[in-house]
Amino acid sequence: MTAVQDGAAPQTHSGVGRFLGQSVKRREDARLVTGHGRYIEDVLWPDAWHVAFLRSPVARGRITTLDVSAAAALPGVRAVLTGADLNPLAKSFWQTAMGKDSPQPPRRLLATDDVRYAGEPIAMVLAENRYVAEDALELIDLDVDAQPAVVSDHRGRWGAARDEELVHPEYGSNVASTLPYPGMPTENPALEEVLSSAPHVFEERFHQHRYICVPMETRGLQARWSPDRDLLEIVSSTQNVHEVRSMAARLLGLSEVQVQARAEDVGGAFGLKCFVDKEELAVAAAAYSQQCAVAWIEDRNENLVAGGHSRTEDLTVTMATDADGTILGIKGHHVEDVGAYPTYGVGGNAGLAMMMLPGPYDVGQYFYSAEATFSNTCGMTPYRGPFLMETVAREQLIDIAAAELGIDPLEFRRRNMITTEQLPFTTPMGLVLETITPIQTLDQAAEIIGYEDFRREQAAAREQGRILGIGFASYIEGSPAFGAAGAEQVTVRMDMQGKALVFMGSGSHGQSVETTMAQVVAEELGIDIDDVRIIQGDTTSAPYGTGTAGSRTATTFGGAARIAGQKLREKILAVAAVALEASPDDLEVADGVVSVKGTPGAAVTVEQVAAMAYAGHTMLPPEMEPGLEAKHRIRNPPLMFSNACHAAIVEIDRDTGAVEIKRYVVSEDCGNMINPMVVEGQITGGVVQGIGGVFYEHFVYDGDGNPLTTTFLDYLLPTAADVPDIEIGHVVTPSNTPGGFKPMGEGGAICSPPALINAVRDALAPFGRLPNVQPLTPEVVLDVIDGTAAV
Amino acid sequence: MSERTVQVTVNGVPHAAAVEARRTLTDFLRDDLRLTGTHVGCEHGVCGACTVLLDGEAVRACLLLAVQVDGREIRTIEGLATGEQLHPLQEALRDCHSFQCGFCTPGFVMTAVALLEEGATPTEEELREELSGNLCRCTGYQSIVAGVAEAVQRVNGGTAR
Repeated sequence: MTAVQDGAAPQTHSGVGRFLGQSVKRREDARLVTGHGRYIEDVLWPDAWHVAFLRSPVARGRITTLDVSAAAALPGVRAVLTGADLNPLAKSFWQTAMGKDSPQPPRRLLATDDVRYAGEPIAMVLAENRYVAEDALELIDLDVDAQPAVVSDHRGRWGAARDEELVHPEYGSNVASTLPYPGMPTENPALEEVLSSAPHVFEERFHQHRYICVPMETRGLQARWSPDRDLLEIVSSTQNVHEVRSMAARLLGLSEVQVQARAEDVGGAFGLKCFVDKEELAVAAAAYSQQCAVAWIEDRNENLVAGGHSRTEDLTVTMATDADGTILGIKGHHVEDVGAYPTYGVGGNAGLAMMMLPGPYDVGQYFYSAEATFSNTCGMTPYRGPFLMETVAREQLIDIAAAELGIDPLEFRRRNMITTEQLPFTTPMGLVLETITPIQTLDQAAEIIGYEDFRREQAAAREQGRILGIGFASYIEGSPAFGAAGAEQVTVRMDMQGKALVFMGSGSHGQSVETTMAQVVAEELGIDIDDVRIIQGDTTSAPYGTGTAGSRTATTFGGAARIAGQKLREKILAVAAVALEASPDDLEVADGVVSVKGTPGAAVTVEQVAAMAYAGHTMLPPEMEPGLEAKHRIRNPPLMFSNACHAAIVEIDRDTGAVEIKRYVVSEDCGNMINPMVVEGQITGGVVQGIGGVFYEHFVYDGDGNPLTTTFLDYLLPTAADVPDIEIGHVVTPSNTPGGFKPMGEGGAICSPPALINAVRDALAPFGRLPNVQPLTPEVVLDVIDGTAAV
Repeated sequence: MSERTVQVTVNGVPHAAAVEARRTLTDFLRDDLRLTGTHVGCEHGVCGACTVLLDGEAVRACLLLAVQVDGREIRTIEGLATGEQLHPLQEALRDCHSFQCGFCTPGFVMTAVALLEEGATPTEEELREELSGNLCRCTGYQSIVAGVAEAVQRVNGGTAR
């Protein structure tokens, strides 16, 4: 079900054209539905040596024995490399997005002397195939003297470890980072005044457990160093080939012209593949040191245990309201467990959570503080909506506060939401919201799900002993485009045949970029979409870029593609004007033909124009550059926003504690949609990841830091039978950037957890308070029903 | 490690090869026969990405050894389309924007082919159960269920809606 409503903000361009705004079928599917996709494991070089990593069996300890001689002697093994071999090659580990001087834990490719999380790589075998490589692992003599590990338990009680036990002795503290940043005020006195004088103050601490990206294709990378060609070639399953190149170059002290990185089809990522982690760098270093080709395909066990973890945090929110439920002030305190080696900087997401906690509300006074702590667990990596704790916590507290005040939760939200009349609205953190529509999406979601009718149905059901609940949650999705990420380039090149090649630094891993960006360019050029081809994922052809991440592809690459397409269209018309002896202003291009408006017959094909632009350049005016190529590097705001409201209805089985999601509704406003089918796919996929996070997925460590959920038999993903059809409504309010597009790729995962938890909380209200924990297992639910909640 | 000879028909083509006893069927198909359409997602039989048809039955190729399929017939995703002509299931999946990254796709396709060839006309709820042995991380399943339902309609004339 899809409902569409025009947004409130005035905008003349509807965003719908021959291709734009249409549910164009995916061009990727011709290969993907026939088994002819090419993922990293499908393109391994025949000369590559295959890697298997020896990994730490314990979370923390001293390595007392490491003898690889028997493994190295096994026939078929080229080398067994340890930290002593590889670590001296490593010059630096900083990520572009974090900057050269950003703080980070003391990094190393392979553990030496001690180990700091279960699964940490200690040695790597290079063998003729993975079977032999794993045989060799069995022959390595490893002893580790285990020590007490720094871990947080699964219900998020922090600080169980003794203070003197440090994850990284060199760092001097288990506190990885704190907010406010140095130089920022350490409190907001006006907020403290509000909190001490307000009629109502609500404070709750919310916990979010460890759950993780789990793309269906694991990580993988192959690298080949050719000294004679002075070239390190890399093929990686990545969201961002340029970062692969930069990281490998910095690691080995090479220049970026000595490294080429490429991606083939990428089988999902969700954030896991936007940075480059130690195993991938170790493969590049091994290829460099051994002067050969080396390939590593992560297996599922490695991916679960050591592939980068996410969430694992507490957020305490304090909210003051007046007697009518008007929010007067909000304070947040965020504690994150970033593991031992977070993939980016020190791994915390609080910086963005701080900006986004006020969400779509006018919250009055505001303050935020945070602490990220290291632990002897797998490091944090971004996972779709990495900062979503702000929405998860805020939207739950709103329901709790509304219930205590006796105000309907939707009414509470409406009273505090930023209205269209308030736009542009500057938030307490200085963000300027220009085109958001929170009340419109709330109202649309309530209408689609039939809120008033449900309340009547719920009351009747409770009479019959059934347990039904409804939950809402609203948010604005902030898409960070800091630094180079806000300045992506698209180059459109038309050769003599009049077809368009489009080069961009994106890294599609399921987002249908080859389809959507072709729609944008074909729309501008007036040629058929089949005559436009997107080239991405290759540092030798793409303009410098930051890949596909952070919900930025439509806003940055889409915006740039639109302008680049317009520029090339102008050039096509200018050349055609020469051929037709007309003014460019009198020309139009459609279906591959440039014609004089209102003059049938006076026309040239785009192919003829292209031939003239190159081969016929002597006919062009002297001031006109020959050829048909245009580029545009966009300059977008550092943060862009979309907004949505999610609504869920659940029914709980009072005997088993099982939660059935009976309906799920999303109303969203992502501005002009390039391809509604693709937008809706992003929404449904994100929502189901939230369903997994709330009800199924949980990466568990025991108190000694041993991972317990190391297969898909233990780490449960939702299946087709576990999830409902998701009903989607669109409110369309274009952004003020080229194309009117807004970021939306992460929102489904951001807003679904609190909507679902609020629905369960509402369902269980007659029995008692739902504890602020995740995941909501049947045990948690039954404890509330039985009145034995103990957390 | 000792090798055995395996004779197997894959997508109608007979093959004979010497393989190590421990070689998985996925590695045999992907590396030895160079049919890389069959994907490996978990190597422990849960995700279903490696689903192929063994004598017409959908099975997990990662849980089978190559030596276990001696004398039998296998179909993989590469055997479905005829030249340029997509299988009706593949058409329906494309029409419904069923997939995103495409990695789980071969497994879903082969599971659904088995269903179609049984002549099944499941309800949506039954279809979700049938597909629940295959994991997808991108789509939320809605579009896959819609695509297979569309194929059921087109091929078996059922009412899988």
